[in-house]
Amino acid sequence: MQYMLAVYADEAGYQRLTPEEQKQGYAAYMAYSDALKQAKAYVASGRLQPVATASTVRLVNGKPQVLDGPFIDTKEQFGGYFLIDVADLDAALAWAGRCPGASHGSVEVRPMWAM
Amino acid sequence: MTGGEQAHSTADAVARRSYGKLVAYLAARTQDVAAAEDALSEAFAAALANWPQNGCPANPEAWLLTVARRKLIDAFRSNHADQFGEGELDRLLAAAPVTTEIPDERLAMLFACANPAIEEAVRAPLMLQVVLGLDAKAIASAFLTSPDAMSKRLVRAKTKIRAAQIPFRVPERAELAGRLDAVLDAIYAAYSEGWTDPAATDAARRDLAEEAIFLARLVAELMPQEAEALGLLSLLLHTEARRSARRAIDKERAAQQEFVPLAEQDPSRWDAELVDEAESLLREASALGSLGRFQLQAALQSAHVYRRRTGHGNWADIVELYDALLALTGSPVVAINRAVALAELKGAAAGLEALDQLADDDRLGEYQPWWAARAELLARTGAHVEARHAYSVAIGLERDDAVRRFLTRRQAALQN
Repeated sequence: MQYMLAVYADEAGYQRLTPEEQKQGYAAYMAYSDALKQAKAYVASGRLQPVATASTVRLVNGKPQVLDGPFIDTKEQFGGYFLIDVADLDAALAWAGRCPGASHGSVEVRPMWAM
Repeated sequence: MTGGEQAHSTADAVARRSYGKLVAYLAARTQDVAAAEDALSEAFAAALANWPQNGCPANPEAWLLTVARRKLIDAFRSNHADQFGEGELDRLLAAAPVTTEIPDERLAMLFACANPAIEEAVRAPLMLQVVLGLDAKAIASAFLTSPDAMSKRLVRAKTKIRAAQIPFRVPERAELAGRLDAVLDAIYAAYSEGWTDPAATDAARRDLAEEAIFLARLVAELMPQEAEALGLLSLLLHTEARRSARRAIDKERAAQQEFVPLAEQDPSRWDAELVDEAESLLREASALGSLGRFQLQAALQSAHVYRRRTGHGNWADIVELYDALLALTGSPVVAINRAVALAELKGAAAGLEALDQLADDDRLGEYQPWWAARAELLARTGAHVEARHAYSVAIGLERDDAVRRFLTRRQAALQN
């Protein structure tokens, strides 16, 4: 079954890290991907640019309305995801616990609808 | 202290001291753990309403038990009126009014929780709930499961105890050994979950380690003639003694705790009292002349303590203990530890060969210690490319930030 692990973290916290620490943080995510691939649980992953780059679009009375910024302003921002394929929720939670994002932010685990 | 504060603090103390005893006593005759828990929680609520006005009773346990039994009888009358005659109810809940000592049926309840009819994965959570009163949410976090799923599993297990009339009793001599193993295994599982937070930053996990030690102490006290019960307590105390030594404050970033492996720990930071108690329990256990896996594991801890305190290399003894443990359990986890010890005795290549023999075991693909051990031994043999990959997987499988940083440093120290 596929699960989305959505990583939420405080972007400002990341900006405060030294370049060396940022490099270490990045390496931790690379290692996490390696482990997912080794376990054949990896489907896809991605990292989003800062929330300041976001635009939000919706149609109002049939006309597109574009707003600067995210859909919702939150203390921790959606910053990246891992799409994994594992047996069940327990396995997905175990992987979420290993995600570096669980240490410096939060990891939301959601099952995907089978398509 | 006001009457209200007094009532709360007395109730907290009773919950801490006697929760499991009261549940066990209430559930032992009906096998209905959930009903016993509900009745007891109503009794606690009644106490918090009554005690501030009327003062705390001299024997709060007896007070709670009397109220809880009345609630239990009421609940049974309304739910099972068709099934139970008055006489039967009295028999079920029989027992003279409790005036002094409440019989301790916690051990019997532990055996019910670890009954072969109960799914193995839920035994430890069940014990933590019924004996210690931990709520499903705290238990779920500790076992990294969803609170909803954990609470369903707990409810299902309790329903099974009632529906299948799983007995609350200590098994007879003939079947005791196997059944005791199940109880000890579940306590060990609870401790291991607590131990996976070596930084002790997560209060739920740290508490779980303490609660598991509480259960191990309980079983060791109630069954002092069982060598493995003493062995388990010895093992847990040995491990617990080193908890704080597994962490050091980073010199540059005071807030950041760094992981310290056993080989680099400062033995003076170990809790000497716990080590002494563990050692004396192990001696008592071996005097009973019935060897088992927990005693062997405790003996391994004891050997590590001896080596680090004296500087006297005892790897041959350690490998021998692992051989015995492996023969007894066939556990791949034991085999990994044995391979690491073998590397100390006969060199990294020998250790690596032993690790490679395990590679076919599917369970190890996601097992962090296998990758960490492999990375370390590959690095020692100079196979740096393979070592780098193994470190990477080990880091990716690790939950603890400090251990991740430790492994990252090791990985970075490899030459290109």
